[in-house]
Amino acid sequence: MPRRDDIKSILIIGAGPIIIGQACEFDYSGAQACKALKADGYRVILVNSNPATIMTDPEMADATYIEPITPATVAKIIAAERPDALLPTMGGQTALNTALSLYKDGTLETYGVEMIGARTESIEMAEDRELFRKAMDRIGLECARARTVGNFDDALQALDFVGLPAIIRPSFTLGGEGGGIAYNKAEFETIVANGLRLSPVSEVLIEESVLGWKEFEMEVVRDTADNCIIVCSIENVDPMGVHTGDSMTVAPALTLTDKEYQALRDASLAVLREIGVDTGGSNVQFAVCPKTGRILVIEMNPRVSRSSALASKATGFPIAKIAAQLAVGYRLDELVNDITGVTPASFEPTIDYVVTKIPRFTFEKFSGADAILSTSMKSVGEAMAVGRSFEESLQKALRSMEIGLTGLNPVAPPVADATSGLDQLRGWLGELVPNRVLRIASALRHGISIDEVHAVTGWDRWFLERIQAIIDAENKVAAHGLPDDATVLRFLKSMGFSDARLAELAQLDATEVRSRRSKAGVLPVYKRIDTCAAEFSSETAYMYSTYEIAADAECEADPSDRKKIVILGGGPNRIGQGIEFDYCCVHACYALSDAGYETIMINCNPETVSTDYDTSDRLYFEPLTDEDVISIIKREAENGDLRGVIVQLGGQTPLKIAAALEAEGIPILGTSPDAIDLAEDRERFQLLLKKLDLLQPENGIAHSAEEAREIAQRIGLPVVIRPSYVLGGRAMEVVHQMDDLERYMRDAVVVSGKNPVLIDRFLNNAVEVDVDALCDGSDVYIGGIMEHIEEAGIHSGDSACSLPPQHLSDEILAALKQQTRDLAFALKVVGLMNIQFAIRENKIYLLEVNPRGSRTVPFVAKTTGVPLAKIASRILAGEKLASFNLTERHLPHVAVKEAVFPFARFPGVDVFLGPEMKSTGEVMGIDTDFGRAFAKSQLGAGTDLPLSGTVFISIKDEDKPAFIEICQSLVEDGFSILATGGTTAALQAAGVPATRINKVMEGRPHAVDAMLSGDIQLVFNTAKGAGAIKDSFSLRHTALTNKVPYYTTVAGSRAAAEAIRALRAGQLGVRTLQDYLADIS
Amino acid sequence: MGQKNISGHNFDALRANRDNPTAALVLEDGTIYTGFGFGAATTNVGEVCFNTSMTGYQEIMTDPSYAGQIITFTFPHIGNVGTNSKDLETITPAALGMIVRQPVTNPASWRSDSSLDDWLVAHNLPGISGIDTRALTRRIRDLGAPRGALSHAPDGNIDTGALHELAKSWPGLKNMDLAKSVTLPDTTPWDEGSWNYDSQAHQVTPAKFNVVAMDFGCKHNILRCLQDAGCAVTVVPADTSADAIMALQPDGVFLSNGPGDPAATASYAGAEIAKLIAADMPVFGICIGHQLMALALGAKTHKMARGHRGANHPVRDLQTGKIEITSQNHGFAVDPDSLPADLEVTHISLFDQSIEGLRHKTKPAFCVQYHPESSPGPHDSRYLFERFTHLMETTRS
Repeated sequence: MPRRDDIKSILIIGAGPIIIGQACEFDYSGAQACKALKADGYRVILVNSNPATIMTDPEMADATYIEPITPATVAKIIAAERPDALLPTMGGQTALNTALSLYKDGTLETYGVEMIGARTESIEMAEDRELFRKAMDRIGLECARARTVGNFDDALQALDFVGLPAIIRPSFTLGGEGGGIAYNKAEFETIVANGLRLSPVSEVLIEESVLGWKEFEMEVVRDTADNCIIVCSIENVDPMGVHTGDSMTVAPALTLTDKEYQALRDASLAVLREIGVDTGGSNVQFAVCPKTGRILVIEMNPRVSRSSALASKATGFPIAKIAAQLAVGYRLDELVNDITGVTPASFEPTIDYVVTKIPRFTFEKFSGADAILSTSMKSVGEAMAVGRSFEESLQKALRSMEIGLTGLNPVAPPVADATSGLDQLRGWLGELVPNRVLRIASALRHGISIDEVHAVTGWDRWFLERIQAIIDAENKVAAHGLPDDATVLRFLKSMGFSDARLAELAQLDATEVRSRRSKAGVLPVYKRIDTCAAEFSSETAYMYSTYEIAADAECEADPSDRKKIVILGGGPNRIGQGIEFDYCCVHACYALSDAGYETIMINCNPETVSTDYDTSDRLYFEPLTDEDVISIIKREAENGDLRGVIVQLGGQTPLKIAAALEAEGIPILGTSPDAIDLAEDRERFQLLLKKLDLLQPENGIAHSAEEAREIAQRIGLPVVIRPSYVLGGRAMEVVHQMDDLERYMRDAVVVSGKNPVLIDRFLNNAVEVDVDALCDGSDVYIGGIMEHIEEAGIHSGDSACSLPPQHLSDEILAALKQQTRDLAFALKVVGLMNIQFAIRENKIYLLEVNPRGSRTVPFVAKTTGVPLAKIASRILAGEKLASFNLTERHLPHVAVKEAVFPFARFPGVDVFLGPEMKSTGEVMGIDTDFGRAFAKSQLGAGTDLPLSGTVFISIKDEDKPAFIEICQSLVEDGFSILATGGTTAALQAAGVPATRINKVMEGRPHAVDAMLSGDIQLVFNTAKGAGAIKDSFSLRHTALTNKVPYYTTVAGSRAAAEAIRALRAGQLGVRTLQDYLADIS
Repeated sequence: MGQKNISGHNFDALRANRDNPTAALVLEDGTIYTGFGFGAATTNVGEVCFNTSMTGYQEIMTDPSYAGQIITFTFPHIGNVGTNSKDLETITPAALGMIVRQPVTNPASWRSDSSLDDWLVAHNLPGISGIDTRALTRRIRDLGAPRGALSHAPDGNIDTGALHELAKSWPGLKNMDLAKSVTLPDTTPWDEGSWNYDSQAHQVTPAKFNVVAMDFGCKHNILRCLQDAGCAVTVVPADTSADAIMALQPDGVFLSNGPGDPAATASYAGAEIAKLIAADMPVFGICIGHQLMALALGAKTHKMARGHRGANHPVRDLQTGKIEITSQNHGFAVDPDSLPADLEVTHISLFDQSIEGLRHKTKPAFCVQYHPESSPGPHDSRYLFERFTHLMETTRS
């Protein structure tokens, strides 16, 4: 069947904010779907609450709703837009669940909306463990022994059936959230109780453990005519027991005979047919017994997924785009493979390289969290690398991670060697920790045999032998120094060794290694990712580097004779550097292509839009290290006119290598690395501020604990303390007591290495403001001034903020603009800059200047309609601001950005916010007034504010005056107030009715009891000092786990009260971003 | 010194191999590729082709259609799963050698009973690693499959000039009848079915049809698939006459795959096949069997500029419109302009629109260019064996 003409308009549901288990791969898939369907003449309607996405750019869809993704909101959009069809497979589990709700509540039927790309029965069959198991039975495939239970008693019975260790998987949760492996009965009971609560249908699966079995995934695409292809096979190097999102994986599968591979292929196709995925992409996961080959089906996702994004990048086959086209009736053989341009999409990609993906974790940001992996996903990002051998792709992936690795760097085991403590080494090796490959390598170094490592870890010997080969080569270099002949050097480079790693081993400087290597003529070549292993010639410049073993290797880079600009991406996602920076890089590609430049993208994150082969003119899927980037740029500079490199849009990652690029004579476009350094260097920056007569919180720089104590005494507690050169507030802390300062100095020195520690006076109850601006050297444009809702001291990435600001006077606004201009000129900014100010008692303090693209750029662009990143890119290429006719925007609407946190993934971690960033993503609420916009932002972030009921209040003394007004407002809106003793007295004294309830430590029944009984609908809780915070931990934890909305700051509580009032005044409406932007004068 | 010494820590071995390479591939145009030798210490000359399959190198090496060919594997890691006694397509491998990127590793598979290196030694086949196989593949793609000589000499004593002469003087596959060199000498019964994943053994299905398979270099998995479909198979040599076949009173005749130039083999087999078809004998052909059937009925074949060798080739069944992902291995094809009126095209390649399947309009005979027994490769086309038994059933009644 060709294109369906009976459908005219299609609603696509996005995935919402970036959270663990649902990251920017769904921007990639959604953006592809929007582009493909719009290009084909369909009216595309999009809903997504995430402003940092490319898909929510106003030109990507015909109608873009930046609204909360809830069934009620989407129903309103359906009522307004009357789409013919709904495509639910592009927005992860969020979209599937929302679509299922809309089907069940009759909305789809009422408005005659057809679900395309997946049928509801298929979604249910794939998601419901019992239905899935029965489906597998029908086609003769085996699942692990298991039983689905809806209550605790049945769970205990199920345990008798499956035995220990048992795997617990809650139904319908994201990324396996709430699941785990129980090795004993007590552990089993804890995980089951948690899982039952987290499952929206109170259901968990108790499953036989297949820990240590080999794990494979197949990415399948099927069309309406039942044509099926496998796009890619993926082998999890970490065997069963670690969530696939947290596992190191390779593509294609490397340890299967064709008979086994075809058995998995046959099973995958049978699964799709039985589940009834009529069109689109799916992922099927298998466990294979390493001793007998027994195959179990683990699960299938009837939608595009993180794995399909990986498979797309690994092969060049655009699964999401093709899946969208199949959903509207096309057959695979009617679609063309874009990469080759000559073959149809109906063939199975074959590759002539090895792809390795390694997840990136951020356990260090969540003190109290157990850095142990299980079946619930915990990683926040991933890096992918391509090489012509497993060794090469592994070592490239390791250095792509940006966690300080140059390769298989050693980690210290608990004992010296196998003879001094084999059992301890085994135990250490057995732990399911992040980056386990490092422990494995070190265990091999310390004399544990490959067989022993295999027995403990379940890693296939094949991979262990490759790791051993790397270690053997390392030992040789360490013992004999760097070989000076091209043959041996080239062989080592073909194993993926970076110059930096070779330098460490040979005790040389990395630049020395590079120069010896270049002198020997050992250079990388670039090969193309073409879906077909060179069987057909490919016009698409999608490339990776490799060192061939052979001396006369062929390079396919073929640089053009055009004028060209290189854009450096942001690398793997992490807290503090995520999709916002990718958005900026993608905009640079679009804008500069439009302006006639050839754009060259370098990045190593497979989840992103920037690593789509059609985002830039040329894409290098490479680590963002100086070695890798310099090699590419030198190759590109051999032909055409290389104008320079953009380093200011990809976050901290490209900035870190800017100096090395400059040292090689590579032009950096825009603000100079020296100016960037000036803004980061406290001492230089202070001199500049003095010159400009700008205020800073009192501060000092400490190079030792002694100095830190002196500074703190001089400026007075509380202070904010942090290492220099960090993003996302890594290790930043507000310190109220000298004891805490001492403790901090012990930890922070480790974090910051030789860099000093910065200490600032902490401004209590100050309002924080973010400003994004553009400068071309002679002119400044203020993109947006955002007022933070949480007070200064909470990381700007974690604070909600409002655009336009709500509480700033015209004088203050004028002063902020003037200071921004002064700083832009003083720092000679060319391009984007972001400034953070704090305002207290009508004084403006400068907190931080970042002469680069910031996290808020996409939010400002969506709210004001000014494409800041695009204009910045054109300025970087030499254009002037004047040519863009920018005028100050008067916004008739209010947009609120709210952060989204992964606390539910890390039991035992406190939800309190501070200077260290903890959020994984953000949502935007947009409406005509602040209250409604804030309410939408809360709803989008998953907080459903109550319209009536009881609010529980426990606050620190200094906040009590501020809370009187907040409580008054809630009482007027019909809420009852429960409060702790002191708070009750203060409220009553001010004439606000409140009822006292015990604190947890005061005896029962207490506030937590009331919450567990469902008597509390809203929690406001502020606390100061380690003791008080610890005492109230159970309160916040109970609120989090029972999904009771909670606010831990005065300003947040006030905004919530305002939002409740707005909500009570009338239902939230929906409106397209295009309409909002059209109203701006 | 073989490639077992080749690793990143053995600097001396790497340098020794640079000075005296243990293996070399020399093409007819004089291009020399040096690398690390593995497998048997010997020299072979043949056509240098490439295969893009990521799995199934053992099946590929034992596919008799590769007689006369040295295979470049585009996937860089070959040998990971070793070799075993189950995944064989003939007892004696027909291909002449292996060209790979990465040095061959130890096997990692519960099914393996030998390393690839040892297996090649046992079958006297040379291999070369350390080659930029992608560059070589691109060369073959753009300039056609060259003649080449591959030599492995552990002492590093290789005369590349002699190899060049060898490559130049090799006559090439055109006009070469290789079926005779790989066909079984005698009539032989076949009773083994496909390897069953669950039972880990070859299955046996009760037979309902007697089939004679003309062996032009038949892959065992074709015979297994016929057995699975309920056929008792009798394999006969390539030059068996139609009368001799008819004397066996088969329900149908199968024309196998095989190497070489089909026109050369058709010089003796064509007339016999034509007789079988004229006699209303149900006939099913695969690969060279497909080409021979076309030649027997008056069509022509030609050597392709770019052969089809891989396990990912899309083919459309023109009767159902469905796409099959197929396993292919052919360097010759039936010329579409030469088709006689009583043959119709049933399958085409979606890569280059070449003919992938034919059917006789009035007689019970059909054939496909690709490999429905797919070993290695996807199992999408196994229905063709059922189509054959169905044809025999309707012809019988």
